[in-house]
Amino acid sequence: MWKWLHPYANPETTYHLSDRVIPWFGWLSGSLLTIGLVWALLFAPADYQQGDSFRIFYLHVPAASLSMGIYLGMAIAALCGMVWQLKLSDAAVAALAPVGAVFTAIALFTGAAWGKPMWGTWWVWDARLTSELVLLFLYLGVIAINNAFEDKQMAGKAASIIALVGVINLPIIKYSVEWWNTLHQGATVSKLGKPAMSLEMFWPFVVCFLGFAFFVATVTCIRFKTEILLRNSSRPWVKNLMLEQAK
Amino acid sequence: MQFDSITAFLDMGGYGFFVWLSFGFGLIALLTLVLQSKSALKRAKSDIAKRIVTEQKQKLAAQQQNNHR
Amino acid sequence: MNPRRKKRLTIVITLLIGFSAISGLVLYALSQNIDLFYKPSEIHFGKVETGIKPEAGQRLRIGGIVVPGSVKRDPTSLKVSFDLVDMATPLVFNDTDPTVTVTYSGILPDLFREEQGIVANGTLQPNGSVLASEVLAKHDENYMPQEISDQSITKEKYQY
Repeated sequence: MWKWLHPYANPETTYHLSDRVIPWFGWLSGSLLTIGLVWALLFAPADYQQGDSFRIFYLHVPAASLSMGIYLGMAIAALCGMVWQLKLSDAAVAALAPVGAVFTAIALFTGAAWGKPMWGTWWVWDARLTSELVLLFLYLGVIAINNAFEDKQMAGKAASIIALVGVINLPIIKYSVEWWNTLHQGATVSKLGKPAMSLEMFWPFVVCFLGFAFFVATVTCIRFKTEILLRNSSRPWVKNLMLEQAK
Repeated sequence: MQFDSITAFLDMGGYGFFVWLSFGFGLIALLTLVLQSKSALKRAKSDIAKRIVTEQKQKLAAQQQNNHR
Repeated sequence: MNPRRKKRLTIVITLLIGFSAISGLVLYALSQNIDLFYKPSEIHFGKVETGIKPEAGQRLRIGGIVVPGSVKRDPTSLKVSFDLVDMATPLVFNDTDPTVTVTYSGILPDLFREEQGIVANGTLQPNGSVLASEVLAKHDENYMPQEISDQSITKEKYQY
């Protein structure tokens, strides 16, 4: 059943695949982000209550939801790595963690800069904000462990454990606004059915979100290539590739 | 278009500081991430290339020593 | 799957389930403390699950909706007082709903207005009001342009 997947467990095939998709993802991300951000900043209507400060939404919400999406992807890679002991999974975990950390940081920072004018405070220790901060620490933990061990295999194992254990945090972030009373409001776009915003505000969000998603894909592929090279540096295919590129 | 002038756009209805603080931080963070990722890939490649060259030199030296004997 | 992989998968999944169960229990135990604020009705009657009632002099946060017509500003200073009622959707205000008066002296957030969600941080006074040291606005997840908001308000008015 999984036979068709086997070639992709081969580092060489995967390396070349990522190499080939990077320019596509890069261009898609660049054009979608340009259109989306111009639309969001110049043409989307201002909110009836929050005025133009609402435009932070177009950066804050994609960053926050991608920070959770990236973590889910990283945890799935970690699970595959632990069960099937694929070295590629360790490379994927190591490649995803810094990207996720940056997106979490953006979500927290833009949230603070939005909270100050609207809520009246940069930060409050409510369940949503605190659990998102925990997510940042989980990412930093995975990065630190990957750098702490000389032996890449040991590092991969330890990082995978942290990544998997931290999955518990994802539903907590997602449902914190429903389970407890928080200062943070409920979900706007991930609601089942209609998003809680008018469509002329929603479409620029979709374009921005896709743009950021392809950005994640692009950067992850670049980092994935690096991690594959570092883990296979003495393989003949890497040597041949380097010699070819040196010409 | 929601704004009449550049100044109105920059002012963002009085929330300019917070809006541009957010987007500025986002831009810098994402740019740093891309540049760091690219330079890390480059560094990994050049490290491996250097190692291959040293290995080849060592091999060559070892061969020459063998020839002298 | 070969038996070794199966074993690894079982171990990993067992560990995961175990860890989720533990953290679920811990969270459940903590859940009353994770709540950011008391609702006005909880100040009157205590928390629904635990019956814990705040005492006078206690530092607490209170969250609710500003009752229309209850905002009183002192013309000579920044002092302001307003009543909060439990948040509910759709918004309805009955005279019988339990309310808590909040007094505050300072600059209110931009979003402060009647029928707005507010979280205030302060101490409970013996007379049942809250003397706030900080007032935060809590907005909802709905975003819309001015025109649509005007329309939906008029629509609601026509319904009554």
